[in-house]
Parts: sequence; structure tokens; C-alpha cells
Amino acid sequence: MGMPTIRVALCAALAGLAFAAGPLSAQAQEKELKIGFVGVTSGPAAAWGISNVRSMQTRADWLNEKGGVKIGDTTYKITIVTFDDQKDPRRAIAGMEKMAQEGIRYVVGPNVDDGAAAVRPVAESKGIIYIPYSFPKELYTPPASNAILGMVASYQSAPAIYKYLKENKGVKTVAFVAANESDPLSQRDAGVAAAKALGLEVVAQNDTYQNDTRDFTPVLTPIVKLRPDLLVLSGVSPGNAPLLIRAARELGYQGIISTETAHDAKVLQEGAGDLANGFISVGGASTPEIRTPEMEEFIERYIKKYGEYNDESNTKVYALEYILETLKANPKAIDDVEEFKKTIDTFSAPNPFVKDGTLKYVGMTSFGQKRQLSVPMVVVEYWNGEFRTLFVGEVD
Amino acid sequence: MEQVIINGLYLGAQYALIALGLTLIFALMNVLNFAHGQMYVLGGFITYVIYGQLGLPFPLAVICSGLTLAAVGSVIERFLFAPVIKRSAREESTMLLAAAVAFFLDAIILLLFGEKQRGVPKIINGVFVSDSIVMPYDRIVVGVVAMAMIVAFMLYMQYSKPGRAMRALAQDRTAAQLMGVNVDRYSTIGFALGAMLAGLVGGLLVSITGVNSGIGGSISIKAFLMVMIGGAGVVGGAIAGGFILGMMESVGLTLLRNFGDVTYLVIFALLMIFLSIRPHGLMGKPWG
Repeated sequence: MGMPTIRVALCAALAGLAFAAGPLSAQAQEKELKIGFVGVTSGPAAAWGISNVRSMQTRADWLNEKGGVKIGDTTYKITIVTFDDQKDPRRAIAGMEKMAQEGIRYVVGPNVDDGAAAVRPVAESKGIIYIPYSFPKELYTPPASNAILGMVASYQSAPAIYKYLKENKGVKTVAFVAANESDPLSQRDAGVAAAKALGLEVVAQNDTYQNDTRDFTPVLTPIVKLRPDLLVLSGVSPGNAPLLIRAARELGYQGIISTETAHDAKVLQEGAGDLANGFISVGGASTPEIRTPEMEEFIERYIKKYGEYNDESNTKVYALEYILETLKANPKAIDDVEEFKKTIDTFSAPNPFVKDGTLKYVGMTSFGQKRQLSVPMVVVEYWNGEFRTLFVGEVD
Repeated sequence: MEQVIINGLYLGAQYALIALGLTLIFALMNVLNFAHGQMYVLGGFITYVIYGQLGLPFPLAVICSGLTLAAVGSVIERFLFAPVIKRSAREESTMLLAAAVAFFLDAIILLLFGEKQRGVPKIINGVFVSDSIVMPYDRIVVGVVAMAMIVAFMLYMQYSKPGRAMRALAQDRTAAQLMGVNVDRYSTIGFALGAMLAGLVGGLLVSITGVNSGIGGSISIKAFLMVMIGGAGVVGGAIAGGFILGMMESVGLTLLRNFGDVTYLVIFALLMIFLSIRPHGLMGKPWG
């Protein structure tokens, strides 16, 4: 081998080393932080999980665009890893196992009660903190400690809504209707208890429907005949709400209709039109009166990325924010969820999405420990294509 | 009680129309089309776009739904089912293919139209109210149109040349072939007609119940239920099955409401008993 050949070989080797070292040095400066999602993104309830995923992805892209998230001395790019559990608890377990295999410590979801209960053993044995959108108290009360409720529970919002309606709208009688599934049924039971505690007369509480019902007239015909002042659609999905409202109104129901779940104004407008006017539900940082410019920008980015905003994302935007802000508060928690749990009790940070709001963990009253994200309980009323704030409450 | 009966008749007309296409495809090709519900959903979304988004007339939108689904159905039959039926004697092959088509359509619909429930403006405002019956005018119109479509379909199958050919195919495929019926051609026409019916009813009902990308599977299950009651492959049976299911649902939801959601439990239990007594359903073999 002559000198020129050796020189060429050396140059090639150096170039190769430089090529290999380039990404390595970049990786040293900028690491990846994976946050998981296990929930439903297909089937009739897809809207619940898709609003989660899109909120997380929109926020992650935004933060990455700004250079990433600095936790301790390291800046991380956020990667969202998603798993569609198809609302099947067995698949939810598989999803949580997958997250554990990928070394993910923080997971958003599942969206429903049975999925959230099913993943609990996996999350606890593999050291994963998860943020479900389901209400069973045993997930959040000791000895359970890995689940953090991601929204306001129906047993927290229902008493506030019924009290408001009793005092301001003269509601005396109430009827409940729910899908024959664990979440809506448990929300109905909580609602019935709250209504009775307030002294309201419950005129119907056993009426249920299959979640895939398309025509609710037969379901609502006997309830409407009872003429309750308030009709509660317990745990109703965004897809079914306009159909139920429309059927009730077309059957001549003239009372108030409410629910404790979050809904989408456009879906209500398309599905029920003016008949949905006056429908009361629970939103997040949804109304223009309380939004910050950062929330406005989030909505703009969401629309730019996905074409259309989903009002459920007003609540779903919070989960990723809480995880990242808590990690910032205690960088040791990045791979140690016990450190995360220690931080929960004292954590506090400015809420970027609501004027004068604070991010903090709550839940002492309901669960005996702080295992709930403090999300504004904004009770809203649908009117002509948009939500208006009825009143704002707070859990704990 | 009058309201309950009217609700049942209205539901029955809807259900019968949904089941017609499914039973037609089964009669002609012995294919359980698991994608029937997804075809219904696709029809609904086409009407949603044409009527709800573009503001074109509702009848035009429904016709477009039917024609689009007819085209989709003929492509699916010609390029997927026909080759599989020719190459495989096992019935499971077409069942698996139908399931794959259902999953494929589910994914495509979700990608194209998103996850949200969609609805369109009411085609007619106002509600008919009497002492014992409350019925919105748009439901009355949809119910009447559904009935008219069922009658038109029956007349087409009874008196038109393609209808007679398809009935011959359903009765005895080999004998029909020996009598000069172009089996391939009429199989494609039959599948396209079945898909078109799914598209038409999807388009028609989007004005009442809206449409959602995830409902295809449950629509198919209900359609299978009606077909099993009436007799698989029997057009009259599908219509009877639709009305029976609609009436059972309406009556059950009223009479059994104090026992919780037991209506479908009772319907399924009755279906199990019924099928153990009459495994071929009410009307037995296709077209007698």
C-alpha cells in the first residue's frame, strides 16, 4: 500500500469516525424523553383517546420546536409513544407491558374504568406512573399510589352542578340515563347519590342503553313522559350526546339536560343544532373568558396540525404538562417514580393555560392523598355552536 | 303504547333496509360480508360531505352514497372475493377476507373522516304531535323512503332480468350457470347492489342518527341478528327480521326499563331458543 493510498484510507477512517461521532455528540447534548399513552383510539369511543394523543403530540412538538424541555442539566426532546387498547382491558395490559419494555416511566391513560383497573398491577410492579381518565376511587386511594386521576370526577362535579341548578333554575326532579358500561353506570350511581343528598327527587335511575345505539327515541320515550326538571346523561360519550339530546327534545322534553363529561361544541352543533342549546357539561380551560394566550396558541397549533380542534383537549392538554413540570421540579424522578411521588405533595407551578391558574396535585378530600391533577372545573352551557361559562369550581 | 309501536315500526324499517344488502350478498355468494357496517358508515360520510359540508341537495347526496358504494362493492367483488371464491373451496377464506375488508375500511374511514361523531342539518323541521304519538317529520320521511326503497328492491328482484338472474343464482348456482346465467357478471352486480343498499341507508340515516367512524362493527352485528332471525339469504326474511328486531327493541326498552339494560339480554336469549328450534330462521332457504 503506497503513501497516497494510506492517506486516503486515513481520511476515510477519520470521516467515518466523524460521521459516527456526530450523532453521538448530539445525543450527549440532547436526550429523548419518552412519554407513553395507552388508551382507546379506534372504535366508537375513539374520540376520547385521540384527543389525548393529539393534545400530547401538539404540545410535545411545540416544546421540541422551542428546543426541548430542560430537566435538571439535561435538555430532552419529547417523544410520545402511543398504544391503542381498543377499549379492551386485555389490550390495555399489553400496552402497559409494552411501555415497561421501552423503559417508559410515565403513561397517560387508559380512558375507561376497566382498562385503568386492569393495568394497575403492571404499573405498580414495573414502576410506572399513569394518568387515567376513569373515576373508581380505589385506583387513587392508599395503598394504590401509581395512578393519578387526569380530570374532574363525576362525583366531584355532579354535586356542584345539581346544587347550582337547584338554587338557580329551580330544579326539583331529576332523571338519569346511562350507557350499560362500567364508567357511565358508576357515574350514574354517583350522580343519583349526589342528587338525593341535595334533596332532589330522582324519578328515573334504571334506564340504560347499549353504547352502540343509534336511535334513542325508544330509550327516552318513557323517561320524557315523567317530565323531570333535569335529565342527566351520565357518562355520555361525545358521539351519543347529540343523538340523546335531539331525541329528547323531539319527544317534547323541555327541561334541562346535563352531563358530567366533556363535550365538543361542533359535534353538538352538527348532531343536534339548536336543540342542544342549554346543554350543560364540564369543560377544561375551554372558554375564551379564562384562556391564556398560550392556550390560544395551543388551539391554533392543534388546528394547524390536525385540521380541527376537539374541545375535549381543553382537559386532555394537562396530563403531559403535569408530568414535565413535576420532572422539572425534581429531576431525579426522570427514572424513579418514587421521587415523583415525593414531589407530588409539595408541587406547584404556574398554569400556562388558564389566567391566574396554578398547576398542583389535589384529591385529599376524595382519595385521602394527592392523586389527581388540578384541572379547572369549568361548568359550561352550550349555546349556538359554542360553550359559555356557567361557573368555575375547584376540586378540594 | 301507540308511541312504542310507531317507534318499533320506524326502527324496523331502518333495520330491514340495513339487513337487505347483507342478505342479498349472502344469498348470491355465500359470503358473510363483515364489512357491511363499514359500507353503511362510508355511505353516511359521503352524504355528510355532499349535503352537510358542500350544501348540495340531500337526495343527490344519498344517490351519490349509493353509487359510490356500488362502485366500491363491484371493485371489492371483482378483485377480492371472486378470485378467492374461485381458488378456495373453504368458506372461512371469504369470511377472513370480509373481516380484513372491514378492518381496512374502518382504518380508511378513520383516516379520511376523523374520529368525531358527524351530523347534518335536518332535512325537514317540525314534529308531528297527536294525543298519543310524537314523531318528527324527518323521521316520517325517512321511514316512508325506507319502505319505498324496500318495495322498489323487491319489485326489481321479482320482475327485472338481473333480478331474476340473481334469484336463480341464489337458488342454485350450478343450475343457473347451465341455464346460461353469466355467474361472474351477476355476482358482481349482486355484490354492488348489496353494497349500494348499505350506502343508501347510511346516507339516508345520517340525517337522523349522524355517523361515526367506529360504528361499522356494531351495525354489522345488528344486521347479522336480523338475517339470522329471518333466515340467511332470504330477502323477505331480512325484512321480517328487521321489523321483529325493531319492535322487540322498542317494546323491550319500554316494558323492561325498570330492570336495567336487559332488553338485548332478552332478545339474545330468545334468539338462542328460536335458532335451536328453527336453525334456518323464519323463512329457510333463499327464495324457497
